[in-house]
Amino acid sequence: MMLTFSWVAVVVIVITSVGLLLARDWRSSIILLAVQYVAMFTLCLSHMPLGMASVKVVSGWMSAATLGMTRSSLSTPDIDEENNWPRGISFRLFAAGMVGIIVAGAAPRVNLMMADAGTAVTTGSLLLIGMGLLHLGLTANILRVTISLMTILSGFEILYAAVEGSVLVTALLATIILGLALVGAYLMLAANAEETEETESV
Amino acid sequence: MNAPIIWIVFPAAFAILLLPLRNQRALSILGGGLAVALALIAQFVPIEVAMLIGPLSLKIDSTLSVLGRALIIQPTEGPLLALIYGAASLWFFGAEASKTAPRIVPLGLIITALMVASIAVQPFLFAALFIEMAVLLSIPLLTSLYSPPGRGVIRFLIYQTLAMPFILLAGWLLVGVEASPGDLALAAQSATMLGLGFAFLLAIFPLYNWVPMLMEESPPFIAGFLLWLLPTITIIFGAGFIDHYSWLRSSPQLIVALRSAGLLMIVTGGLFAAFQRHLGRIMAYGVIAETGFAILALSLDSRLGIPILFLLIPARALSLAVWSLSLTIIKEHTETMRFRESRGILRIAPFAATGILLATLSTAAFPLLAGFPAKLALWEGLSRASLTAALWMGVGIVGLLISAFRSLAVVSMAEEYTSWEPRESLMQMLMLGLGVIGLFLLGVFPQTIQFFLFNLPAMFEHLGR
Repeated sequence: MMLTFSWVAVVVIVITSVGLLLARDWRSSIILLAVQYVAMFTLCLSHMPLGMASVKVVSGWMSAATLGMTRSSLSTPDIDEENNWPRGISFRLFAAGMVGIIVAGAAPRVNLMMADAGTAVTTGSLLLIGMGLLHLGLTANILRVTISLMTILSGFEILYAAVEGSVLVTALLATIILGLALVGAYLMLAANAEETEETESV
Repeated sequence: MNAPIIWIVFPAAFAILLLPLRNQRALSILGGGLAVALALIAQFVPIEVAMLIGPLSLKIDSTLSVLGRALIIQPTEGPLLALIYGAASLWFFGAEASKTAPRIVPLGLIITALMVASIAVQPFLFAALFIEMAVLLSIPLLTSLYSPPGRGVIRFLIYQTLAMPFILLAGWLLVGVEASPGDLALAAQSATMLGLGFAFLLAIFPLYNWVPMLMEESPPFIAGFLLWLLPTITIIFGAGFIDHYSWLRSSPQLIVALRSAGLLMIVTGGLFAAFQRHLGRIMAYGVIAETGFAILALSLDSRLGIPILFLLIPARALSLAVWSLSLTIIKEHTETMRFRESRGILRIAPFAATGILLATLSTAAFPLLAGFPAKLALWEGLSRASLTAALWMGVGIVGLLISAFRSLAVVSMAEEYTSWEPRESLMQMLMLGLGVIGLFLLGVFPQTIQFFLFNLPAMFEHLGR
């Protein structure tokens, strides 16, 4: 049963991570990020008790909410990066496909390396890391950079949960995810400083 | 009494209390005073030893349990804490002169406490988590909420964040290697992970492009603080890895890798510094070269390399403090720190211009200055191991010297008949004056600092013995 849930979570990760890569609207990105954390929670459950896995999903949702609330307070439109070659939808899909192929090839080996964590767990984790890195390489937008870093760290957390079950590590990682979201929110506000100042002066 | 509470929890809590304060002088005195007090306690009050003060018996415990794990400050780590808090006090006392006290004092104290926690946490590889938390806290320190962040800050965040997973996974793999040392594939995988993690953390070539960007975009004094603290603790953390794993310690490939990385950083840092036309970027490449010197020290026989590594730390701290304060003052009087705008600044900010020149020369191992004794010892040790490597180190040093003389030419190149109009405040002149005296003191009498450094290698179980 758990294995089935794990593979469903992997499918959800494929959808959310590719969706994050293609989404142009920040609202869709935040929703996809929140769903991605549910998938991450499911995969963490294979190696963690419910309580500790819940910490991860709650911190992830709180981070997504922080980013969403900050972004909603800004009136600037999303930066359209689609016009710049080679960043079109087809290119992104092609790159995501390449990541998928690499992950499919690497997952069995990494699975062996990581104390037989489980193929589904390893695949989901590597997909998140790969897609996060790809996303990071394609964007300079602060919200997207933050989401990419959170995606990479989610992938790492799934993998690390299989080998390290320390409460301290779980707590510190949750703090880091929340901190990353706060830093992302801070940078978004700073990036829109001129706009905020203009609005205030009006 | 508990050591982690004294050197980690208390400074962090005190810093939170300082957050609402806005008075530059009060913040500078409170932050600097606390850092000096913590340094003195670390140096002179032994940990895990009962002391009788009148009728009271006082003992500082070394361990604090947190969520099933422990923060342990070993009795042998006292001198290191003294060094860290002592050097941090340079920045906190200088904060008033740089007019950055409301940002650097509270956040700097918390970051310092987190970096100390990274040394104290057991198992030690969890240090990567504390370093990441310090990095996240550095972002509000480096950028203002009222100006858009530059690319350097974003890259700093990305690169430092990417380091954490690599180091944590490498730490886990290293345990496997320790259990089955014959598994060469696993050893190669863990070494690669570890190398990548430290390459990101220490900004090793070619992952250092954010350093010059950061120096261009951010307040130099704050960037200088972070570029001192983060790499210094990371190097000690890295040395801890080498100390902990015997196969890593005895690996000849590690020595080659460390030597190559160190030389690459010194040579590229020195040569790039020589061709810069921006005073901030010159400091950035100087910092990169300094990290290279520290990595190079780790590649030597540990009985020689570890004392040199610890001798490099105070010199680096003092040089960067003087350098970054000088740049902050120059930035006050010019539009940018480009050579074009900084011409003749010697007549407006003579102390700052002198500070820049002496700090650059100190980094370039110029005789009589703080960087000279450690780098001379490093050069000598390196020449015994490999003459070619020593030659390359010389190339890097020549590059740094060229950058120092180019800076001297630019800051003194005023229009004819331009009068001297010093605009530095008394506090700025005092701080820079003290810093410059310190640079000479450490250069001429390096044995004065030996009192603090003598016992530092004892913090390692195997290295330096």
